Amino acid sequence: MNAYLFTNARIIDPSQNMDFTGDLLVKDGIIAAVGESLDLPNDAGVIDLEGKWLVPGLLDMHVHLREPGEEYKETIESGTAAAVAGGFTAVACMPNTQPVNDSAGITRFILEKARSSARARVYPIAAITLGQKGEQLTEFGDLLNAGAIAFSDDGLPVKNAAVMRQALEYAQNFDALIISHSEELDLSRGGVMNEGRVSTILGLKGIPAATEEIAVFRDVALAELTGGRLHIAHVSTRGSVEIVRQAKSRGVRVTAETAPHYFSLTEEAVFGYNTFAKMSPPLRTEEDRLAVIEGLKDGAIDAIATDHAPHSVLEKECEFQMAANGIIGLETAISLSLNLVRDGYISASQMIRCMSISPSNILGVPGGSLKDGNSADICIIDPEAVFTLTRESLYSLSYNSPFLGKDLQGKAILTLIDGRPVFDPTGILRVPEVN
Amino acid sequence: MNRFTARHILGMSTLSPDEITFILDTAESLKDILERPIKKVPPLRGKTVVHLFFEPSTRTRLSFELAAKRLSADTVSFSAKASSVVKGETLIDTAQNIEAMKPDVIVMRHPHSGTPHLLTKYVNSAVINAGDGTNEHPSQALLDLFTVREHLGHIDNLKVAILGDILHSRVAHSDIQAFTKMGAEVVVSGAATMLPSRQSEVLGAKVVLKMEEALEDADVIIVLRIQKERQGQSLIPSVREYAMFFGLSPDKVKLAKSGALIMHPGPINRGVEMAPEVADGPYSVILDQVTNGVAIRMALLSLLLTKG
Repeated sequence: MNAYLFTNARIIDPSQNMDFTGDLLVKDGIIAAVGESLDLPNDAGVIDLEGKWLVPGLLDMHVHLREPGEEYKETIESGTAAAVAGGFTAVACMPNTQPVNDSAGITRFILEKARSSARARVYPIAAITLGQKGEQLTEFGDLLNAGAIAFSDDGLPVKNAAVMRQALEYAQNFDALIISHSEELDLSRGGVMNEGRVSTILGLKGIPAATEEIAVFRDVALAELTGGRLHIAHVSTRGSVEIVRQAKSRGVRVTAETAPHYFSLTEEAVFGYNTFAKMSPPLRTEEDRLAVIEGLKDGAIDAIATDHAPHSVLEKECEFQMAANGIIGLETAISLSLNLVRDGYISASQMIRCMSISPSNILGVPGGSLKDGNSADICIIDPEAVFTLTRESLYSLSYNSPFLGKDLQGKAILTLIDGRPVFDPTGILRVPEVN
Repeated sequence: MNRFTARHILGMSTLSPDEITFILDTAESLKDILERPIKKVPPLRGKTVVHLFFEPSTRTRLSFELAAKRLSADTVSFSAKASSVVKGETLIDTAQNIEAMKPDVIVMRHPHSGTPHLLTKYVNSAVINAGDGTNEHPSQALLDLFTVREHLGHIDNLKVAILGDILHSRVAHSDIQAFTKMGAEVVVSGAATMLPSRQSEVLGAKVVLKMEEALEDADVIIVLRIQKERQGQSLIPSVREYAMFFGLSPDKVKLAKSGALIMHPGPINRGVEMAPEVADGPYSVILDQVTNGVAIRMALLSLLLTKG
């Protein structure tokens, strides 16, 4: 038997409305007991966490692992190494690989690679349409059987409303989730940052907030029309938050996520033509940033997902207009989200909910909870630890982060999957003291 | 005494009023060289100016080349197309190759905003922005300031109207910042598709939809060229309608102060943004702008290259 007891931990498990200081026992890869003061089994190692946070292993429902096809940016191995270093025990990877994950064969390849090389659990999201072209639906049933857990054309919207309607209807035969990258392409075409004061100053073509809001509204209306289950990816504007909030109050089956950069940064980050501040949707205004935080606070937004989008120097060290969209996020999500807790916007429990049980429930995958009998997928967070984000400190193959060189506070110090340490840089579990 | 410390000329946004005045004064002292029978002086002998143009340009390039030659610098020109990594050599490769040949100044024009700023990270040469995307065109704004000061004696407290595609014009962006920094009031107007949405102010200029409001009591009228090549889509229903409603006609000029200067960065679409009789009228200083452009560019090259 392999057992250890974490003591003196701040245990935060929103799935059971728990937030208290106590103990958790892991036995043979399973969560065996949680309580304020557990008896110490004879053969268990003891780890005194000295008040550090013990939370369910986090789930990032929106990442780009770049494999197959762009392994110079990230691989399933490096991306999941970054995930566990960021406290995530599971990631859901978007289908815009090369080739696109639009058939069971590609889904099986991703899962096969994950089995042989991944450090974290990998849940593939398949494309809604073949080649993400927005025309012909993919084989939802076959993809789900192969292991896909949801559908999205992320990176591109489904341009044709009739096709999106079809997807939301057909998905219901399989109780499948449709994830919308909401963007009205004709309105955003040529734009490279948020449209507003800063785009005028920099002479860059803007992408108005309406670009996103028109598309969010369209897809919410289609979910309402069809009864299909819809999830809005990377919400970035005040209007989008409000559209989702109202739809929820009408009973539409819609959920939403935002990314840490949308509640941490604004369009001002683009000054200096900083390509590490270029992403889709773009960074918005302070008003939008505060509305996104308000959405997290009142539940209009359900989840925090990083939209981890690795790119190499080839795509980022160039003219702003030509630079690729996206930043990495797995290794900064905890500290950026903790800023909201430190600033009193949301509680620790709300933060963890948005990064564990909430995305688990949306995707319908196990995890996100410390219930007795669950796999011991656990993340230990030191909320006080200060670190500098550097190229050397990153596990991701890419370093396209606007936080590079910045001091951040709060990080994962130990990540367990099935009770086994998958990230333990200081050797917390190496020699547990045996009672 | 050289009070000029800027290493590059990237935009009006980064120049102080003192630096601007110093550039104008320097240009004034250099301008008379252009009137001499032998139009060449030696201060930049042995210096090399590379003109790196990623966008077609006749006037600006000619003006920069003449300015360099008047000061005895060697000049070379390089025309290229903007390309992505997929299509060929990257900008950074190009820049590093040219830098390896040891030029002293790189004058760059590029279709994408911010590219000269990127260039400065990879080269030791001084960089002059000769127009980047829809961002800035500082030498044009400086020659506009120079021309106004030459004709009206001062820039502060003047009312400057800028008409045309404000949103997509790098000349407008630089002119607005240049004139407001020097104490003028700037009012801009044009078709609403060419103005920033829902903004009553842009870069310090007042935005008005009624052209008459911009023109009323103006001391200077700057009319911009309709640039079809820089817009992804048509911003106006037709050239004919634009000429009727947004073109500068002799009648509209009457709303401005009598003797108001008429300016245009060129080349003019006669009969579109400006009526021919306005362009050729008594208060048009459009050709003076061209002459002054050489003087301003001489001043920029000389200030960047003759530091202690």
